[in-house]
Amino acid sequence: MDNAILKKLIDTNPKIIKMKFLSAMLLTALLSYVSGLYFPWWSIAVTAFVVAVAIPQKPFHSFLAGFLALFLLWAGLALWIDMNNKHLLSLKIAEILFKTPSHALIMSVTGLVGALVAGFAALTGNYVRKKPSE
Amino acid sequence: MFLSNFHFYYLIMRLLPFLISATVTTGFIILFNTRIGPAPAFGKFLSPQHGFWQNAEASTHSFNQEIKLPQLKGNASVYLDERLVPHIVSDNDADAYFIQGYLHAKFRLWQMEFSTHAAAGRVSEIIGDKAINFDKEQRRIGMVYAAENMLQQMEANEFTKLSVDNYTTGINAYIETLSESELPIEYKLLGYVPEKWANIKTALFIKQMTKTLAYSVDDLPFTALKNVFTDAQMQVLFPETQDSLSAIAPSGTLFDKPEFVPIPPADVDSVYLQQKDSALKMAFLDQPSKDNGSNNWAVSGKKTKSGAPILCNDPHLDLTLPAIWYEMQMTTNTMNAYGVSFPGIPGVVIGFNDSIAFGFTNAGRDIRDFYELKFKDETKKEYWFNKEWKTADQRIEEIKIKGQPSLFDTVAYTIFGPVTYDASFSTPLTGGKAIATRWIAHLPSNELLMWHYLDRAKNYTDYYNALQFYTVPSQNMIFASKSGDIAIRQQGIFPLRWNRQGVYVMPGFDSSYLWQGYIPLSATPASFNPERGFVSSANQRPVDSTYPYYIPGGYDVYRGLQVNRRLAALNNITAKDMMQLQGDNFNSLAEVVVKLMKKYTSQSGLNTEEQKFYDLIKNWDLQNTANSKAATIFQLWIDALEQTVWKDEFTQKDTIVYAWPDDYTLADAITKDSLFVFIDDIKTPQQETVFDVFTNSFKQIVPELTKLETENKLEWGVHKNTTVYHTLRTALMPFARAGLQTGGGKHIVNATQHSHGPSWRMIVELTAETEAHVVYPGGQSGNPGSKYYDQFVDTWTKGEYYTAWIMKRGDVQNKNIKWTMQFSKN
Repeated sequence: MDNAILKKLIDTNPKIIKMKFLSAMLLTALLSYVSGLYFPWWSIAVTAFVVAVAIPQKPFHSFLAGFLALFLLWAGLALWIDMNNKHLLSLKIAEILFKTPSHALIMSVTGLVGALVAGFAALTGNYVRKKPSE
Repeated sequence: MFLSNFHFYYLIMRLLPFLISATVTTGFIILFNTRIGPAPAFGKFLSPQHGFWQNAEASTHSFNQEIKLPQLKGNASVYLDERLVPHIVSDNDADAYFIQGYLHAKFRLWQMEFSTHAAAGRVSEIIGDKAINFDKEQRRIGMVYAAENMLQQMEANEFTKLSVDNYTTGINAYIETLSESELPIEYKLLGYVPEKWANIKTALFIKQMTKTLAYSVDDLPFTALKNVFTDAQMQVLFPETQDSLSAIAPSGTLFDKPEFVPIPPADVDSVYLQQKDSALKMAFLDQPSKDNGSNNWAVSGKKTKSGAPILCNDPHLDLTLPAIWYEMQMTTNTMNAYGVSFPGIPGVVIGFNDSIAFGFTNAGRDIRDFYELKFKDETKKEYWFNKEWKTADQRIEEIKIKGQPSLFDTVAYTIFGPVTYDASFSTPLTGGKAIATRWIAHLPSNELLMWHYLDRAKNYTDYYNALQFYTVPSQNMIFASKSGDIAIRQQGIFPLRWNRQGVYVMPGFDSSYLWQGYIPLSATPASFNPERGFVSSANQRPVDSTYPYYIPGGYDVYRGLQVNRRLAALNNITAKDMMQLQGDNFNSLAEVVVKLMKKYTSQSGLNTEEQKFYDLIKNWDLQNTANSKAATIFQLWIDALEQTVWKDEFTQKDTIVYAWPDDYTLADAITKDSLFVFIDDIKTPQQETVFDVFTNSFKQIVPELTKLETENKLEWGVHKNTTVYHTLRTALMPFARAGLQTGGGKHIVNATQHSHGPSWRMIVELTAETEAHVVYPGGQSGNPGSKYYDQFVDTWTKGEYYTAWIMKRGDVQNKNIKWTMQFSKN
């Protein structure tokens, strides 16, 4: 078998596709968390971008990995903080921003903001490669 | 041009999508990194690692910390109790003030910076051009000038230089370690970052308190009212003394004859008192709340159960979150003081030490006058004084504005003070005239030095000596000592005035209307171990009419009456009695007015609905308790009554009401004279009687009462809706505590109004082991995301107290210690 065929086999193997997706997502989340400790909030775009360049997937898979990674990371961190805080601040902020004292709402919006930035950054990263993964 | 398949594919399927998604990503980043209107930048603000989530403090958060800072002299510890009250233990004063600054910044940074920005007229820097007029006024009344004068004095004295220098260093040590994620939430919401603290900010804070407490601006509305009333009528409407006064210096106090009696200018009648000036007009100015008051009293051991003196104080201020007070204990080699501090200044401001206790109420005396000037031209470089043109100093104020270029404002400084109003800063009242502000707060003074000595005072002499360093804002300073002394002094520097001087805007064209000196300190109203066994103050006039000086001001009469009546009656006093007195809801104004209401209401003409509400007043116990419906009826009724009596006369030349007489004026006038001339409505042909005004004003409010009752809002606590607002008021209601069910109100010892009232309640028993009972409507943390933000509010609302844990040096194993912060040099 030549390399091209081998590559195609690998690229279309559902297990490998799944594995790549999961690793891209987890790596994005992990690197975003670490960079968030030292760099401004938008460093999540850089990490999502870099991971998408490093792990070639179909464009939509890259987008989704970045999107989910940050949604889970940000909403997850928010959830953890909010539970420890007994919803004290999230309710107040939700009321200030959305006139609705809902901690679920403010958590979802938090996740969504991170997810949108990371998702599109990952998509951008995906298109850096001259050829997509099949 | 030929494109290969690959190139074509690359262009359409890869490069184009790359560019699009890169643009979208950048777009989202820019969008979420930008403030839109008042909303914060969402990315920065919602990031759980940077934004507001970082302010959501875990309910189990540990405040244990080891802090190494090279600025410290040695090692020191802060023991935090379960209410998050810090007990600083240090070997020296320098480190204690440093740590106080550090703690103020750690728990209250935003409020201390915001309040000093406001003091300096720098709010536009934060919120934009809507604060320009506020900022201009602050500059033009000389706030920064006054703070600079104070700063020189603070830095010239070794003790205050040490405290303020180390305090500033401590604040900055904290600011330097502050990361973006740790910024107080208000910075994140408003989108700015703190600047470094400086000594002048402490002076600015004190000047802002001075403005809050001692910057009455009645001169302008009173001058406008001269178009309507004669000076004799003005004296009836706004009396200088009250017959029912229970003064601070007990009646019978003998006053020395003044060595120097100020002489009124020869033209005082024609040019000043009788002159009408129709150019002056205005609505109510944004001026300090007339309710800024307080209660304090101390009872001697012969009246207490324990035999030891008890000192009590509850200062009434705007109720805000974060609270204006921060409770703490400071133990060094020179002092052991416990009480509350102001985030913004070093030291303990109200409290006690091992030997004495001290507290304050506002004197409310007028220490600010306005003078009308004449400038040669609009450059404001020369003004007419003593028949010649005199050069004015000019101060150019740069007002920075968020998102806009700076504005430069020239303020002229004259012998009469800074020119606050002129053609370029005019109100409807001042009509473009040049009016200068002469204010005691401009004098060089060093109030911090008084607190330096008070925190360390051991006895009456120390207290007395400490007070001599105090200039402004004038206060009734109460004292009690373990050795058994009690005392009160109304301390401050006051202008020496001829009769009626400074009630109206004065001519500033020569020296004849200038202040002719200051009232000598020997004439300070005071009381020391009086026979009656207690000393007290509640913002009443400090002395009766035998006092040989003219002392205009804004005084309350009723709270003082009730405090003194209760204290005179009480014996074997315990802390519990004092708590009851601080929470006393008896309405002494109603005591006088309800009698009149009963006497002058024609009951025969009342329908069933009216009769129902009238009966509530008739059977009222005169207590403004939270569930009292009569208290609400009374308030609405007296408001309507005052409208009925005064409004016709006050609006005869203009639709605007310039100023309004105190409740006392009406109550006293009608009690004495049922034919009081203002009763008649001059806008009707017939002659109204006292029965008409009482009955009509009552009938007028009944529809409102019916509506309130239907909505279940007739109970006083619901109607009053006591609310502790965040400093940014209605912009941040979720950070406020609204709907607190409390009794009390205006003229009542429990002075809790809608958002004004006892900002700190303290009862100190000076027994061998000091016992202190304290509470304030806030919490130690300024962070709305902390459970310590409003921790004390419910206790305060219920009228309950905490017993202060007063740490003894070395008692480091005490079970009250919940967390420890260790400070060391390296």
